[in-house]
Amino acid sequence: MISTWNAPLSDGKDSEELLLAFDENRPVRVLILPAWFDEANKLRRFTVEVMRRLDGSGIDSFLPDLPGCNESLAQLSEQTIASWREAAGVASAAFSTTHVLTLRAGAILAPTELSGWRYAPQTGPKQLRGMVRARTIASREQGKEETTDDVVRAGRESGVSLGGWAIGPAMFSELETAGPTESDTQVDIAQATIGGPGLWLRAEPDYDATQADALAAIIALSVGDRV
Amino acid sequence: MSATPASDETSEQSGLDMSRSAIDSELKSIIADVLGVDAADAEAFTPETGLFGHLPELDSMAVAGLLTEMEDRLDIVIDDDDVDGEMLETYGGLLSFAEAKIIEG
Repeated sequence: MISTWNAPLSDGKDSEELLLAFDENRPVRVLILPAWFDEANKLRRFTVEVMRRLDGSGIDSFLPDLPGCNESLAQLSEQTIASWREAAGVASAAFSTTHVLTLRAGAILAPTELSGWRYAPQTGPKQLRGMVRARTIASREQGKEETTDDVVRAGRESGVSLGGWAIGPAMFSELETAGPTESDTQVDIAQATIGGPGLWLRAEPDYDATQADALAAIIALSVGDRV
Repeated sequence: MSATPASDETSEQSGLDMSRSAIDSELKSIIADVLGVDAADAEAFTPETGLFGHLPELDSMAVAGLLTEMEDRLDIVIDDDDVDGEMLETYGGLLSFAEAKIIEG
C-alpha cells in the first residue's frame, strides 16, 4: 500500500517520493492530487479515508507525494507550480490512471487529459492571501510591523516562509495568478454538496466520516458502470 | 404538494443586497465553520459575546482563516489596517465591521 515513485525535478533529475496506493489493477484508477501546505495536513486523513472508501467500491487510487512535500528530500522552496504540474503528469502516466480527484488547490495541477472531480477547488491567489494574512497577523502579535505589501514584495524577490512553508520566488509569483486547469471533463464538487463545514477551515486536523462517505459515493456513482 | 418554492436566497444574494439578519446569520455560520463551534452555540451569540481573547479556539491562525472566509462568503475585501482589537473583541464589533464593509462594497 505504501511504496515509492520517481518524481521529476526541475533540474532534470528525479526524486524518490512516497506513494500511497490502493492498487489491484482494477479498471478505474484515480490519481489523487491533495490540498496544499497547511490544508494538506488538515485534509490528509479525510483524503486517505476517501481512498479507503473508493477501494471498498472497487476503485483503485494513487496518492503520490510531490517533491518538497511530506517526507520528500527535495526542498519545497525550489519547487514551482510548473514542476509540480509536470510531476502530476508523470505520476498519471506511471500509474496508468484513468481519472483524477483533486482536493482544494490540487485542482491547479490536474492533468487536462484526465476526466474526474475537483473537490472544493481553490485558486492560487486565495490560497496565498490566507497564508500571507496568517503571517502578518503572527508578526503583529510578536510586535513586528509587517504589511501584506512587505510580505508580497519579499515573496516575489527572494521567497518567503508562510506558516512554516518555504515558498520560493517562482512559486510565489505563480500562486498570484494560478487557477484550476481548464477542463471540460472535470466536475467541481462544492463543499455544500458534501455537507457540513470544510475540514480545511479547522485550526487542527480533523476528520468527518459523513463527508468522506459523501465524496466517495459521488465518485463511485459517477463511474458506477465501469467498475 | 407544498406551494412554497425552494429558497436559495442567501446563496444567490450579492453582498450589496444582504439584509442585516442575513449578514448576522452568515457571520455566525462562518464563525461556527472556522472555529468548529456548535452551530447552536454560535446562533446564541449576542453583540456583547466576547471573541478574541474569550474563545480559546480563536488564535491568530484562526483569525486569518476567519477573515479570509469572511472575504469569500460576504464578498468583501479586508485590508491590513482594518484588523484591530476592537473589530475582533466582540461579536457585535465584528458584525458592525462586516456590515460597514458590505455597504462600502
